[in-house]
Amino acid sequence: MSQNGATAGPLLKVEDIHSFYGKSHILHGVSLEVGHGEVVGLLGRNGVGKSTTLKAIAGLVRPSQGRILFDGRAVAGLASHRLARLGIAYVPEERRIFPLLTVGENLRTGLDRHGVSKTERQVLLDKAYAYFPVLAERRNQPGGTLSGGEQQMLAIARAMMLEPKIVLLDEPTEGLMPRMVSQIREIIDALRREGVAVLLVEQNVPLTLEAGQRIYIIEKGMVRHHAPSAELRADPAPIHEYMGV
Amino acid sequence: MEFLHAIPFDQLLIQTVNGIVTGMILALVASGLTLIFGIMDVVNFAHGELFMLGAYAGVVILAATGSFWVALVAAMLLIALLGAVLHVTTLRPLLGRDPLTTILATFGISLVLQNYALWQFGPVARKIPEPFTGQFTLFYLQYPWYRLLIALLSAAIIAALYLFLKFGTYGIWIRATTQDRIMAQAMGIPVPWVLTGVFAIGSGMAAASGVLFGPLVGVNHAMGVDWVLKAFIVVVVGGMGNLGGSILAAIFISLLEAYAALFVAPSQAVIVSFVVLILTLLFRPTGLFVPTPK
Repeated sequence: MSQNGATAGPLLKVEDIHSFYGKSHILHGVSLEVGHGEVVGLLGRNGVGKSTTLKAIAGLVRPSQGRILFDGRAVAGLASHRLARLGIAYVPEERRIFPLLTVGENLRTGLDRHGVSKTERQVLLDKAYAYFPVLAERRNQPGGTLSGGEQQMLAIARAMMLEPKIVLLDEPTEGLMPRMVSQIREIIDALRREGVAVLLVEQNVPLTLEAGQRIYIIEKGMVRHHAPSAELRADPAPIHEYMGV
Repeated sequence: MEFLHAIPFDQLLIQTVNGIVTGMILALVASGLTLIFGIMDVVNFAHGELFMLGAYAGVVILAATGSFWVALVAAMLLIALLGAVLHVTTLRPLLGRDPLTTILATFGISLVLQNYALWQFGPVARKIPEPFTGQFTLFYLQYPWYRLLIALLSAAIIAALYLFLKFGTYGIWIRATTQDRIMAQAMGIPVPWVLTGVFAIGSGMAAASGVLFGPLVGVNHAMGVDWVLKAFIVVVVGGMGNLGGSILAAIFISLLEAYAALFVAPSQAVIVSFVVLILTLLFRPTGLFVPTPK
């Protein structure tokens, strides 16, 4: 998880993407950037297109228009398994643990890939189990039997197995107990320290302002406001305006 | 239950052995079918023709090499390759469409393959000689060892499939894809190729059962039709996509048919499987047996 081979430009550049679900126009030209190792927050009310933006970057939704550049390379329209191999890890809102695979097998889905030696695999596993000791305890248990918070940790740990350059986190703290929320917060910081970028979609404004370096506010499928989080912490007026909180 | 006393114990035992032997071959055909359905939601109507072509491949390779075992392995590999090609050319373009289109496509493939075999090999049945002709005495019958060997080999192939799915890297990919295709792909698993691989594995298993079964019935272009019909019954009774259920259902139905053959002509005993099918659909449409972990 280093910044080797990093290009001069931003790690991820989304340019004016549009997307449709059937006939409804969800994204009306979203543009944003995430730098190498940067944590960027994406705020907005429910249903304004935050999750769809993440899905478009992960290759699960095909934008009808616009460009997505990853490490300087146009990636819009690539199959999601190719994007995962390039270093884009996706942690969906519903977590989507493989319910009948054990915790260990869930992690293996990201580990068993070309060019990962046995030692590297063990290092990655040890690291995940060090961050999330509860997963080590439950490594032989089917993923579907974990609690919501444990499933969230497994989803993040599973994404880390890909040694990603960026992690797309969709509402990781939704429905979690405060203790779990602070653990998620620590993980985001740990990712940043390792040089992994994070694009964080959240409803939890205080957490996003603390964890993120820059914030985009989305409304009706467009970016309406963009500012460093320090600025929004000092003057939260735009947040009140666009999110009604 | 008066009539039960009329059945001599030796006949009952012979039919039990027969039922288990047929059941294991049927399980081998059905497990390929249920694997393909479970992961791809594709009802493969061409499965019987892959079984039949496997048997023909066995005939041809056996004639060329003289070794039954080489023929068995080569036929598996050849038909697995054919399955992969069929999947890439015919089924992959239909991914995400109405399931009806895949049913029609596989039905079309089955007609093409069947008539290809008729054109290529003619209407006269070919014979695969048994790899060895030893027999043992089972009461008044000389029972061929080969039949028992078929049952064991089928069980071994199914066990190998199970271990592969349980522990192999690609096995985990297959299970992950079955459980959540989109998330599997987001984890970097090349789902289109996993699907092709599963179709190839199912095809290879059908071919293996064709070669193993060849010595018992003779190989002709229509041999797949009966078997795949029975395999479909097994897959439904065992629970669509449930591997363990299919194996149990194959043995269960074959035993029932074997016992029924004690009372009626074997050709009429087939009715039993349809009765089981109808009762299952009426009362336990998700399958007779408890789901096993995928």
